[in-house]
Amino acid sequence: MKYAGLLVMPAGFFLTLAALALFADPPRRAAFVLCGLAVEAMGLVVAVRGHMLPRGENRS
Amino acid sequence: MNPIPSITPAAVPAMSDAAFALTLGLLLLAPLAIAGVALINTGLGRSRSAAQAMLGNLALVAVAAIVFALVGATLTGTIPDVPAKAGFTFYAAGKAWNWLGAGSFLLHGLGSAAPQAQLALLFEFLAVAMAVLLPWGSGADRWRLAAGCASAAVLAGIVFPLTAHWIWAGGWLAQLGANFSLGAGFLDGGGAATVHTLGGLSALALVWIAGPRRGKFPKEGLSTAMPGHNAIYVLFGCLLALVGWLAWNAAGAILWLQAPLAALPATAINTLLSASGALAATYSVTRFRFGKPDASLCANGWLAGLVASSACAALVTPVESLFTGAVAGVFTPLLVEVLELALSIDDPSGAITVHGAAGLWGLFAAGLFAPQTGQLLAQLVGIAALLGVILPLVYLLFALLNRVVPFRVDPDGERIGMDLHELGGGAYPEFVIHRDESYR
Repeated sequence: MKYAGLLVMPAGFFLTLAALALFADPPRRAAFVLCGLAVEAMGLVVAVRGHMLPRGENRS
Repeated sequence: MNPIPSITPAAVPAMSDAAFALTLGLLLLAPLAIAGVALINTGLGRSRSAAQAMLGNLALVAVAAIVFALVGATLTGTIPDVPAKAGFTFYAAGKAWNWLGAGSFLLHGLGSAAPQAQLALLFEFLAVAMAVLLPWGSGADRWRLAAGCASAAVLAGIVFPLTAHWIWAGGWLAQLGANFSLGAGFLDGGGAATVHTLGGLSALALVWIAGPRRGKFPKEGLSTAMPGHNAIYVLFGCLLALVGWLAWNAAGAILWLQAPLAALPATAINTLLSASGALAATYSVTRFRFGKPDASLCANGWLAGLVASSACAALVTPVESLFTGAVAGVFTPLLVEVLELALSIDDPSGAITVHGAAGLWGLFAAGLFAPQTGQLLAQLVGIAALLGVILPLVYLLFALLNRVVPFRVDPDGERIGMDLHELGGGAYPEFVIHRDESYR
C-alpha cells in the first residue's frame, strides 16, 4: 500500500501539468490544479497509512 | 530535447559593485544558519550519539559540496557551458518546458562568469549543504554515517540540482509567469522549496525507510519519550540560525527576486517577525497543552517561523509575516504530536514538520499575500511538483540506496550508541552513561 500511495502522487502532479497545458481560463485551470493537489494528498495519506506500524498485539 | 536560449540572464539587470559586495558579505554570514541547524540536530539526539551526529553534520556538508561541484552544479545550470544554452527542454501546448540544466562541467569558467552568476552558485553551494543536513537530524541515533554521506551525495548530485534548476536557474517553474501568466512564476527567495521542503520531504522518506528507534514505539501503550540530550545546544542553535537566516533571506531576495537594496531592511524585519510570531504561538500552545512551555517544541516553532519566512519575507508586509509565522508556530507542536503519536513517525529533530510542512506553508503564504494575479496558482503548481515528483523520487532513490548501503545500524550498535559503535569513543567521556530503560 505504501508504494501505491507514492505512485498516486506523481499522477496528481501530471494532473496539475495537464491543467496548465489544457486550460487557458484561470478558474478552470485553478480547479484542475486543486484536483491535482487533492490526488497528491490522497496518495500521501495512503503512503502514510502504509508506513504506519501495526498497533498492539499485531506488532512484531 | 533541445537546449533553449537562456531566459533568466536577459531578464536580470546587471549587478552594481555595491550590491555584489553586500550580497557576498551576506552569503559569508549564511553558514551560521547551517551551524545552528547542526547544533539543533545534535542537541535533539541522545548523548551517546552526539559526537557521531556532529561529525555527521560536517561530513554531510563536505560530501554535498564535493558532489555538487562535480555533478550537481552542471545539472543546475547556473553557469551555462555555452552562454546561449540554459538547459534541456521539451515542448508541450506550444510552450517550452525547461526541465534540466546544462551548465559548465566541473565549474569550468567560474572565474569569468558574470558576478551575479558566481554569487548564485555560492548561494546554491550553501543551500545544498543545508538541505542535506535536514534528514540527518531525523535519522539521529540509528542512521549510519556512511549511509548519511551516501544519501547526501544522492541529494546533492541529483535531487537538489533538479529542484534548483526548476526554481532558480530559469527552469519551468521559474517560467510559469512568462509562459502561463501565473504571477512572476514560482517564487522562492530564501530556499523554502529548494532547501527546506526538499530536506523535510527527504527526512520523511528516510524515516519511513529506516524506521523508528528501538523502543520508541513499544508493543503496548504510548510511544516512549526520548528527549534531546542538550536543550542549550538546541536553543543556542536557534539564535545562530536567526543570524544566518537574516543573511540568507536578504541575499536570496537580491539574487532570486531582484529586490532593490532598499527592500532588505523590510526583508530582515519580516524574517525576525515570522520567527517571533512562531515562537510566541508555540509557547502559548505548549503552555496550554502541557501546563508549561516545552523548550524543544519552542525551538522547533522558532525554526518553523524562520523556514516559513524563507518563502515570503521579501514579498509580504510585516503584519502578514507575523501572521505567517504565528500559523507555523501553532501547527508545529500539533503536527509533531500527530506524527509521533498517531502516525508512528519517529523524527527526533522534527525536520518533517519544521522544514517540510512549514516550508510548504510559507510557499503557500507567499502566493496568498502576493499582489500579482496568478501568483497563488504558481505557488500551488510548485507545491504540487515538490509533493508529486520530489518526494517519490527521493523515496525511490533512498530505497535503492538502502539496498547498497544499509541505512540502519545493527541493534547492538543502537544499544551502545552511535558514538561508541561508529567512532569508538563518546562525546562526553567523563559523563556516566545511564542505562536506557527501553531496552529491558
